[in-house]
Amino acid sequence: MLLECGVMLPSLTIAYCTYGTLNAAKSNAILICHALTGDQYVAERHKLTGRPGWWELMVGPGKPVDTNRYFVICSNVLGGCMGSTGPASLRDDVPVPEGGKAEPWGIDFPLVTIRDMVRAQKKLIEHLGIARLFAVIGGSMGGMQTLEWAATYPECVFAAVPIAAASYHSAQNIAFHEVGRQAIYADPEWQGGRYWEHGRTPARGLAVARMAAHITYLSEQALTRKFGRRLRAGQASPLAAGLFGDMFEVESYLRHQGSSFVRRFDANSYLAITRAMDYFDLAFEHEGDLSAAFAGTPTRFCLVSFSSDWLFPTAQSREIARALNRVAATVSFVEIATDKGHDAFLLDEPDLHRTVGGFLTGCAEHAGLLVP
Amino acid sequence: MNDGVRFLAKTLRIDQRMIAEMITPGSRVLVIGCGDGELLDLLFRTRQCDARGIEIDMAMVTRAVAHGLPVMQGDADLDLEQYPDGAFDYALLSRTLQAVERPREVLQQMLRISTRAVVSFPNFGHWRMRWQLMRTGKMPNTRSWPRPWYATPNIHPCTIRDFFALCEEESYIVESWMAVDEAGRRSPWRRWLSLANLFGEQAVFLLRKG
Repeated sequence: MLLECGVMLPSLTIAYCTYGTLNAAKSNAILICHALTGDQYVAERHKLTGRPGWWELMVGPGKPVDTNRYFVICSNVLGGCMGSTGPASLRDDVPVPEGGKAEPWGIDFPLVTIRDMVRAQKKLIEHLGIARLFAVIGGSMGGMQTLEWAATYPECVFAAVPIAAASYHSAQNIAFHEVGRQAIYADPEWQGGRYWEHGRTPARGLAVARMAAHITYLSEQALTRKFGRRLRAGQASPLAAGLFGDMFEVESYLRHQGSSFVRRFDANSYLAITRAMDYFDLAFEHEGDLSAAFAGTPTRFCLVSFSSDWLFPTAQSREIARALNRVAATVSFVEIATDKGHDAFLLDEPDLHRTVGGFLTGCAEHAGLLVP
Repeated sequence: MNDGVRFLAKTLRIDQRMIAEMITPGSRVLVIGCGDGELLDLLFRTRQCDARGIEIDMAMVTRAVAHGLPVMQGDADLDLEQYPDGAFDYALLSRTLQAVERPREVLQQMLRISTRAVVSFPNFGHWRMRWQLMRTGKMPNTRSWPRPWYATPNIHPCTIRDFFALCEEESYIVESWMAVDEAGRRSPWRRWLSLANLFGEQAVFLLRKG
């Protein structure tokens, strides 16, 4: 596949999961796009971590994205590390040296964009014999992919549900990503990105990146509600921990988030995907006019934001809604009241689930989708 | 029409039912202040319209979208200017004109983005309003004007006569209009504006640009 940056990937592997049954007309397919650190295990136990699927509240039999009615596809993004072609894949663009073995791409992996991810997904959809998706749904970076799908392949997307999304990555978001990347670079184990040579990983750097990012996924209210200023169990006072010990529960929570993340994620993949997000700006090709990216769109949109999300705030969803209004597109737009921050899209938010389920049912009626 | 729709229609506000009857089937319609979307549903199901809605109250929007209706949270004062010229055949503003910041500009936007505008509003010239104000010297409190002055969202009340005056000032053509009495019947005083303005609890206007 030829990437936007001009580099040709000699081969492309896309790892994916599917749920439900594709109907005879192949008209009931829904593509779920995952976020930065998500993967294809949307509604089943994770093969590596053993944890439940990341969106089991949303996807499954009788759930808002009902696998009894829809055929659901979720693939690991291009650049990912859960089976799809990415920095950890063995490179096949150069001949393997005599007697040697193929190396991973590492930091030589070409720059991928959100559009490249979507084009790779398009190839998967074609491979499955599906000409048009009934819906594309995704939160955060998954929302970016959803918007890119609608902009790049408008005829192939009957309905689009970008959740907690934005049409571009803001300076603040790029800044947070850069902190994460610098943490990885600063880890001596990173070894200029060739850490596999030593059989180690830049786990501490990647964990710090995850910790910093995780704070941005929550809101102040959510952190206060969950942890407040509570001390770690067994600590009589903050002073008992000493200068370098664990004092507060929020610290050990973040450390746990960091250490469990590094067991399932490749550092170079994290670098590649954060770059892809930073690069994303749908209006860039249209001299900053976002509506031009959607001119004449037949897609029905449902934008969802969360009141306490400061990473992808409501204002950015409203900007997209207004751009879609300027081309008279069919748009639904809801801001869900919650104190759970950006991560709310993954959590138990009844209004979110009612919104997505209802929107899909309404669209199914418009699409003439006869559900079994 | 199936039973479900008939049931729905029964619960619709009087002015909404009358508005639906004014719309040519198959039209592109924008309903401004659509609430939880009952009128949208009626227009889609019984008149095959491409009907969309704007609503300011997020709880209403969530209910509408959860029922599969294309509704976005937005403000009539701010969001109409986003739409392109002539995007719709009808722009409907049902009992909302009196609650917007700038009614004149909202009407102008409606007739820019749409060929026709349908506007309904509670008639402040109704005899009960006049009588209560005269008898008690206090702001009226009636079925169609139920909240005290400090809590009402209706910051720009007007009478049928006022509305005719605005249409003339803006050179809008009133294609049709009607007044409705308390029981939901069309008032019989259509030919006498003064009587309609006295006995019509609500008014519905169909406008286009002059």
